[in-house]
Amino acid sequence: MEKERITAATRVNEEKQNRKVYVPKVDIYETGDGMVLLVDMPGVDEKTVDVTLNRNVLTIQGRAEAEKFEGYSLAYTEYGTGDYQRAFTISDEIDRDKIEAVVKNGVLKITLHKAEQAKARKIAITAG
Amino acid sequence: MISSIWQVDPFREVMRLRNEMNRLFSGFTYPFEEVYPAVNIWLNEEGAIVTAELPGIDIEKLDISILNDTVTISGTREEEEKKGRESYHRKERMAGKFSRTLQLPFKINGEKVEARYEKGVLKLILPREESEKPKKIAIKSS
Repeated sequence: MEKERITAATRVNEEKQNRKVYVPKVDIYETGDGMVLLVDMPGVDEKTVDVTLNRNVLTIQGRAEAEKFEGYSLAYTEYGTGDYQRAFTISDEIDRDKIEAVVKNGVLKITLHKAEQAKARKIAITAG
Repeated sequence: MISSIWQVDPFREVMRLRNEMNRLFSGFTYPFEEVYPAVNIWLNEEGAIVTAELPGIDIEKLDISILNDTVTISGTREEEEKKGRESYHRKERMAGKFSRTLQLPFKINGEKVEARYEKGVLKLILPREESEKPKKIAIKSS
């Protein structure tokens, strides 16, 4: 695509060295004409998430800003903020031009459609 | 489950560590968390800020209640459009009902609690009850 595309992934890569990388949780399910990936990425929005497809590897990267509250000190912690990264291999049956990604309330939804030729076709049987 | 932030329970600490490891390696192990949602707590003399990781929640189905020094976050995480899901390849995300109660080291002023939900993170600002705030005692010299 564009040559000078500054993406969230580039930003992630630049500062990766000293940030924790978390593996986000996913649900992957099949629908009639494709597949859906739901990825939990709290703290991430459309500006800080990146989905890339390289050959048949779908990579999800995201970045959650560290929480900081002026005048408060962190007393107890159960989760950390940092980068998210996870990659999946997708089959050739997926239509690479029809991948949709939406992020809402910290959940990334990726919809993959089956390529036309890979769709199951019902064969009409006629009585002979 | 009531968890006081002042007591360091070694068992909880181990569970926390385990959860942390699960998060780091959740691609390899099957993640399982006892406590949901995971929270961070920030304190100062005026009160506390609690943040909770709650991605994909419908705020209509989220309840926050305050009782004395405890705050309870409960709700349901429902899967949207369940129909049409033919088969799962992976199912790691938490679904269903959850409830968590946290105990703070002071009485919360329920009237002034603020809650915000953004990018799947819930932020609660819990001010300390006025009468419970530390008082400075003036020392008179005789």
